[in-house]
Amino acid sequence: MTEIGLGHYLTLGAVIFSIGVIGIFLNRKNIIVILMSIELILLAVNINLVSFSIFLGDLAGQVFTLFILTVAAAEAAIGLAIIVVYFRNSGTIRVEEIDTLKG
Amino acid sequence: MIAHSIFFYTFSLIAIISAIMVTASKNTVHSVFFLILDFISISCLFIMIGAEFLGMIMLIVYVGAVAVLFLFVVMMLNVAQQKNQWFAAKDSSKHIPIGLIISTLIFVEIIIVVGGWKYKPEIFDINNSLTQFSLSNTHSLGQILYTDYIHVFQISGMILLVAMIGAIVLTFRQRAGVKRQSYIKQISRERVEGVEVLEVETNKGVRIDD
Repeated sequence: MTEIGLGHYLTLGAVIFSIGVIGIFLNRKNIIVILMSIELILLAVNINLVSFSIFLGDLAGQVFTLFILTVAAAEAAIGLAIIVVYFRNSGTIRVEEIDTLKG
Repeated sequence: MIAHSIFFYTFSLIAIISAIMVTASKNTVHSVFFLILDFISISCLFIMIGAEFLGMIMLIVYVGAVAVLFLFVVMMLNVAQQKNQWFAAKDSSKHIPIGLIISTLIFVEIIIVVGGWKYKPEIFDINNSLTQFSLSNTHSLGQILYTDYIHVFQISGMILLVAMIGAIVLTFRQRAGVKRQSYIKQISRERVEGVEVLEVETNKGVRIDD
């Protein structure tokens, strides 16, 4: 077994990032799962930042991971509030039925 | 080092499988639970490689706050009757190849970048001077977080404040028919509108109209 290095952690981050992107594209259920996929993508970014910070010995990466955590929490709160308001107004949060903007 | 490998592969396998289950599971509540499992295993990885403060913060913020928020919203919105047809919906089939292609492209690009990092590490400028190995991770993070990054720290506090106000403003609603106590009305009440003196005739009584 080879030694676990930076490449292993970066590969793990890449895999989780790709799973998050797949989750956004393939989702047919509701918007909440899309929000969870965005959380997965932010988690992958955090993995990259922390592993670079550890293996290079620079603490700035961990500081920025803290700020990413902050912004992710704020984004989850606002997004879920928007979803609650939308569900109250229209009665559905299915992805394919939300087509008011005809995008 | 062999223990490090075993722990890394265990936690990353759990993380990847639960990330797949987040996107693939039929029930949204199960997705939230797999998201919690994913965050827990990633924070175990963080603690393992020496970023213990971030691992703990991740547990507190994500598992303690964000995942519970997700669970609350999922249970409030009653999405259980919206049964999922992941591959059964007819117009979802055109999204699947595009999603797979794009995510594979992103994966390959990141792997190329990782490979460049792995085989030619001298193309980046490495700054090793910031870490002081005599201090713990939390101590050294606190030393630079409250000095060098104090403005960004304050701005992140403002972001949280704005998010809190925004969430309250978005979800606040006033329902009709709710009786509330109004102090102004209570205090500004006067005798003439509260009490009325009537001349009561004998054997007639009074009729009180509300």
